[in-house]
Amino acid sequence: MAQLICKDLSLGYDGEVIQDKLNFEVTEGDYLCIVGENGSGKSTLMKTILGLTKPMGGEVLFEEDLTAKSIGYLPQQTLVQRDFPASVKEIVLSGCQGRGQKRFFYTAEDKAMAKKNMQRMDIYDLRNRCYRELSGGQQQRVLLARALCATKKMLLLDEPVTGLDPRVAAELYQVVKDLNEKDHISVIMISHDIQAAVQYAKHVLHIGSHNFYGTRDEYVKSALGQQFISVEKGEEAAHA
Amino acid sequence: MLDKLVYYFTFPYVRYAFIVGVLIAVCSALLGVTLVLKRYSFIGDGLSHVAFGGIAIASVVGISNDMLLVLPITVISAVLLLRTGQNAKIKGDAAIAMISVGALALGYLMMNVFNVSSNLAGDVCTTLFGAMSILTLQPEEVWLCIGLSILIVALFIIFYNRIFAVTFDENFARAVGTRVNFYNLMIAILIAVIIVLAMNLVGSLLISALVIFPALSAMRIYKSFLSVTICSVVLSVVCATIGMLLAILYGTPVGSTIVAVDIAAFFLCSLVGRLTKRS
Repeated sequence: MAQLICKDLSLGYDGEVIQDKLNFEVTEGDYLCIVGENGSGKSTLMKTILGLTKPMGGEVLFEEDLTAKSIGYLPQQTLVQRDFPASVKEIVLSGCQGRGQKRFFYTAEDKAMAKKNMQRMDIYDLRNRCYRELSGGQQQRVLLARALCATKKMLLLDEPVTGLDPRVAAELYQVVKDLNEKDHISVIMISHDIQAAVQYAKHVLHIGSHNFYGTRDEYVKSALGQQFISVEKGEEAAHA
Repeated sequence: MLDKLVYYFTFPYVRYAFIVGVLIAVCSALLGVTLVLKRYSFIGDGLSHVAFGGIAIASVVGISNDMLLVLPITVISAVLLLRTGQNAKIKGDAAIAMISVGALALGYLMMNVFNVSSNLAGDVCTTLFGAMSILTLQPEEVWLCIGLSILIVALFIIFYNRIFAVTFDENFARAVGTRVNFYNLMIAILIAVIIVLAMNLVGSLLISALVIFPALSAMRIYKSFLSVTICSVVLSVVCATIGMLLAILYGTPVGSTIVAVDIAAFFLCSLVGRLTKRS
């Protein structure tokens, strides 16, 4: 069953359309990777799904008990966070604010939820540590635990492996994969990492001058997919 | 020495000054943590210069209670500064620098052109550095200060978790439906109120010190948001108290003495932070 349907979605800002008539859906337990060149509208699409930007046309439809606010969002790290004095526990707990909009203080239920998600992400031992002293991979786990406090059904990850070394990145992908397969949490991931996208995703949405939406296998076989994958490979070879 | 202090405290204006000083120390330190972390430190500086401009206008127009004019002007400027911070046409820091020096220059110019007082240099110096005006507080002003401080502390406690979320990660907070703009606006208005209150104590040039020093010192030592906030308040009150006592005993200017103690505390905290990190 579809949890999220984007129907004839037109994206843009300042009156300029970047993407016209996007159609895709996310079913329960899906793993959708959104790939595309810089400036193709990936982050605008993300903001539209989260309900932070109004679409210029078309609509984003949610299944009955899902709303834009109950998506677990993992944003890119900001400069402010690098030297922020906050404990892991404080950050994870702040994810509970989406559920109790009217309450200003955390309940025992919120705290239990935070504890559960810290254990799930294997960071419970770090709960009193300072965020800025953690490694990049640990920091992402903290933010993932926070996102899990905000959702039961869907995660939206924005370039989650940026700045991580390959081994740590692979670990993070594995964590996300487990959440998707064992806990049946749908995953939408915006990524530059096309290799990982075709390795883990069930569906791929490629946006750019040409759009593609379909299963991973269809994408790998498609002309667009092959071109994009080979370019990435070429870049990697050039870097190596 | 103790006798001397006891003697001074028999005067009501010394007690008033003391009460107001401690309250301002609490409020500025509370908000200071958020301002420093949000990279808004300079908003305090900019607003204090706006408040100086406001006082200049008030003295030229001849309003006896300048709070009535200065408070709205500063709050409006705070709101405007925050808006320009979000709008990319003039970057936040440039906008703040512009408004800050603009208000300072125009304020001084006005005080010069419409010279209403015989001791202009003294007036300007008082407004900039606080000098003795804290010792001329009226009971109404003290009550106003107590009321506003209670309001600020209450708002901070009620919205503590929201303030944390908005400070740490605006994007996430916005995505889960927190009204980020509302809270940013609230923070800006609160800081404007604190600055106007603190004008009497340390003068407009030194207010930023009161806002940022305790927060920065606390961050050297503590590692969670709650402990940093609490430590910053305690530190701020201690420094303000020591500063005021020293000022009374040795007849030094109140504002700069408090800031000097704050600076000393900062270096002490940096040292403690270094030492504990190594062990």
